[in-house]
Amino acid sequence: MPIWVLRPFGWLGRTVIETSAYVGRWGTLVWQAVRALPQRGLWRPHVVPQMARIGVESVPIALFIALFTGIVLALQASYTFTGAVPAYFVGALVGKTMIIELGPVLTGLALSGRVGANIAAELGTMRVTEQIDALETLGYDPAGYLVLPRLLAGTLMFPAVMFLATALGIVGGWVTSLALLDLTTHEFVRGLRLFYEPFDIQFALIKAFSFGAAIASIGCFAGFTTGGGAEGVGKAATRAVVVSSMVILVLDAFWAATLL
Amino acid sequence: MGIYVEDVHLSFGTKVVLDGVTVVANNRETLAVIGPSGAGKSVLLKSVVGLLHPSRGVIRVGDQVVGGLTKDGLVRMRQDVGYVFQFAALFDSMTIADNVAMGLRRLEGITQAGIDERVRECLELVELDGLDARYPSELSGGQRKRAGLARAIATKPTYLLYDEPTSGLDPVTGTVIDRLIVRMRDELAVTGIMVTHDLHSAYRSADRIAMLYGGRIRFVGTSDEFRSATDPVVRSFVEGRPELLEGVT
Repeated sequence: MPIWVLRPFGWLGRTVIETSAYVGRWGTLVWQAVRALPQRGLWRPHVVPQMARIGVESVPIALFIALFTGIVLALQASYTFTGAVPAYFVGALVGKTMIIELGPVLTGLALSGRVGANIAAELGTMRVTEQIDALETLGYDPAGYLVLPRLLAGTLMFPAVMFLATALGIVGGWVTSLALLDLTTHEFVRGLRLFYEPFDIQFALIKAFSFGAAIASIGCFAGFTTGGGAEGVGKAATRAVVVSSMVILVLDAFWAATLL
Repeated sequence: MGIYVEDVHLSFGTKVVLDGVTVVANNRETLAVIGPSGAGKSVLLKSVVGLLHPSRGVIRVGDQVVGGLTKDGLVRMRQDVGYVFQFAALFDSMTIADNVAMGLRRLEGITQAGIDERVRECLELVELDGLDARYPSELSGGQRKRAGLARAIATKPTYLLYDEPTSGLDPVTGTVIDRLIVRMRDELAVTGIMVTHDLHSAYRSADRIAMLYGGRIRFVGTSDEFRSATDPVVRSFVEGRPELLEGVT
C-alpha cells in the first residue's frame, strides 16, 4: 500500500493522541486545584479580587454585545415575521433566543477573549519568568494558589455577567420594538411570556456555570503550560481563546442535545 | 547535612540532559556547578528542590530523599531550602516586602509582627532596607537579585540554591552578590549549590567547583585544582578556547 494512503491515518492518530494528552493534563491541573479546596487560607483571600477582575470588569463588554444583539434580534424578527405571524412574536423570539442561546453563548465567547486570554497571559508570564516555580519552592501549591481562585471566580461570576447581559439584550429588543417596530410594551411582554418556561433559566444557568468553568480552567491550563518566552505567552493567550471558544460551542451543543 | 546527588538521569523527550550525575555539596560548603550554557546546570538545581523529576538516581537533601517525599513532605523540605532564581522570579504584583514575606506566611505559628521583623532583617542583610515598599519593576537588576536572595533566606533555610546569581550584572554588582553568598555560608551556616558559568564568581564564592559537561560531572575540586586541571574540557572553559574541545567525548 502506498505511503500517502496511510498518511491521513497517521495524522488522525497523532491528533487523537495529542488531544487526549491535552485533555488529560488539563484534567490533572483542575483536579489538583480542586484537591486544594480544604486549604482555605491558600486560595480564599484571592477569590474576591479575581471575581472583580473576571466578573465585574467583564460586565461592560458583555452588556455592549448583548444590547446590540437584542436590537438586531428584534429588527430581524420583525423582518422575518412580517405578514406571516403576529408582531408580538418579536418578544417571543428576542426573549427565548437571548435566554437560552445568545445570552450565554455570546457572553461566553466575549469572555473567552477577555478573561481566557488575560488569565493565560498572566499565568504564562509567571511561568516563563519562573514565578510559578518560585511559588513552589516557597511551599505554595500553585494549583491551589493560582488556579483555584480563578476557577471559582470564573464559575461563580459568569452566570451573574450572563444574567445582566441577557436582561439588557431583552431590554434592547423591547426598546427597539417600541421605537422602531410600532409594538407596545404589552405586545412585547405578551410575546416574551408566550413560550417562556422556568426551565429556560435553569438551562441558561447550567450553560453559564459550565462556560465559566471552561473559560477559567482552559485559560489557567494554557498559562501553566506556556513555554518559550514572550512568543510563548502570546501563543498561550491565543490558544486559550481558540480552545475555550471551541469548547463553549461544543458544550452548547452538548447541553442542547442532552437537556432539551 | 549536605546535598547528595547520586547517578541522576533526566531527559526531555529524546534529549538527554543529565546522564548519571553524581556530586555532593558537603555540610556548610558552597559548591559551584559550572558548565557551558545548556549543560543542564539549572535542571540539576531544579531536580534538587523537586521541581523536576529525574527518571533515575537519588537526590538527598540532608537525610530526606527528594524523590520519595509526599506532597506535604516536599513542602516541608522546601521550607528548609532557599532558591535564588536566575532572574530573581519576584512576584511582580507584590512589593519587595510582600515578596520576602511569602515563604514566612507558610510557616506555622508565626505572627504578623514576627513576619514584619524577619522581612526587615532579611532586607537589611542584603542591604535593601528602605526599599521594602517598592515593586520589582522599580528595582535595578542587582537589587532584584538581592531581593530574591532575601526571599530565599527569609525562612532561615539550611540549604541555599543559587541559579546563575551574577548573570547579567556588572562586575561590581556581581562581586556584591558573591560577597553575600560568602556571608550566607559564614554567618548563616548554609550549605549551598550555585550554578554559574561565571568562573570569577565561582572562584570568589565557592569552596569547591564541579564541572558539568555532557550530562555528567567532569571534574570536582577546589578553585586552585580547577585552575591547574589538565582535563581539556576544564582547560577549554578556563581559557575560553573552544578548539581544545575538538575530539573530546
